[in-house]
Amino acid sequence: MSAPPILECRDIAFERDYTPIFSGLSFTLWRGQILQVKGANGSGKTTLLRILATSLTASQGSMFWHGNDLEGHRQEYRFDMLYLGHQPGVKAALTPRENLAWLRPLHPKAGHDTNQALAAVGLAGMEDVPCHTLSAGQLRRVALARLYLSDASLWILDEPFTAIDRDGVGKLEILLQDHAQRGGAVVITTHQHPQLDNLCELDMVRYGVS
Amino acid sequence: MASPDAAPPELATATAFRAVLTRDLTLAFRHRGDMANPLIFFVMVATLVPLGVTPESGQLALLAPGMIWVMALLASLLSAETLFLADHRDGSLEQLALSPQPLWLLVLAKIIVHWLVTGLPLTLLSPLLGVMLSLPQAGFGPLVVSLLLGTAALSMIGAIGAALTVAIPRGGLLLSLIVMPLYMPVLIFGASAVQLAVDGISPSGALAILGALLAFSCLISPFATAGALRVSLHG
Repeated sequence: MSAPPILECRDIAFERDYTPIFSGLSFTLWRGQILQVKGANGSGKTTLLRILATSLTASQGSMFWHGNDLEGHRQEYRFDMLYLGHQPGVKAALTPRENLAWLRPLHPKAGHDTNQALAAVGLAGMEDVPCHTLSAGQLRRVALARLYLSDASLWILDEPFTAIDRDGVGKLEILLQDHAQRGGAVVITTHQHPQLDNLCELDMVRYGVS
Repeated sequence: MASPDAAPPELATATAFRAVLTRDLTLAFRHRGDMANPLIFFVMVATLVPLGVTPESGQLALLAPGMIWVMALLASLLSAETLFLADHRDGSLEQLALSPQPLWLLVLAKIIVHWLVTGLPLTLLSPLLGVMLSLPQAGFGPLVVSLLLGTAALSMIGAIGAALTVAIPRGGLLLSLIVMPLYMPVLIFGASAVQLAVDGISPSGALAILGALLAFSCLISPFATAGALRVSLHG
């Protein structure tokens, strides 16, 4: 018998202030898969990702993590999941090293080598510079450094390629690919066309209400 | 995919608590201007009272216990609004809430830092204000002790209101309305402790009640604040 999927969503719907955003959304995410959520601006991509990250609760439907209903396994799920949103919680007044120093312990399984992680995202030599002097792309890289420290098997990334240069995008693609090959899974939104194997797509247009 | 050197859960929780504590202290010292704001307000009002009311020390002495306490309360209220605002804007509040670590503990770290950078300096400054408002000698000791206990309770209570209003644009007014009634007992017993001492009566009863209020708010506030934050974030 094969292992259950990492994440399964059944018939998820969401409405904000009585306005339906999407409905009837179901998908299954297996180990080794990368799921790209597609759709126009305002189609509910970020909302869906925040629901998957348990930051929002769906109005309808249920989610299963390794075959268990998420309702009773929220805590374990959060151990195994890393969410990076539009605002990834990087403090402008702190240095990249200080930012990782407080973000890392939030996930107990995270690795320890901050220097290596910052070097991997191309911030070597900038570890101790205040973040407000960094560019938008470099700030994004500080947040992405958490991926190198993460031991979570499910990554939920909202627009991870935004403001990242071509070289950085290539590296990030390799990182996501490696993660999937190691048995992890990724959910991303992006308007770019990432060069990834095992990429499956979820088009919000099919579930939109209007 | 567990890493071999993963710390045991209790240890990891303590590390997360310390990390948030260190982070907020570092941030407070990087934004020293924001930290000074309630203190400047505190001293400024104390300077204005003798000018606006009367410089006559006998009458000032009558006003001093209540006046200093009201100012401390307003200064604390002023700073409570900012407790979660910046974290909400830059997404770090969401990261805290999505962490598998208990949110109430991380919130407790934030409240402790809030008290360390507002309530504690207010308390340390209060004897100066006592001198400016000609507080009788007997009132100084109880003033410091009552503020030490009272401002901690105010930080605890203020956090609940700040968490409830963090996602509301211009939630400051609402915060005052929510928190004011809860601040009242602290103000009443705080000011009366000083007044009793000035009148030559032992303030220990009032101080004991202040201590009880602090203990009660310590027990309730981290959980209430964590719950309120989850409600605010889901909205």
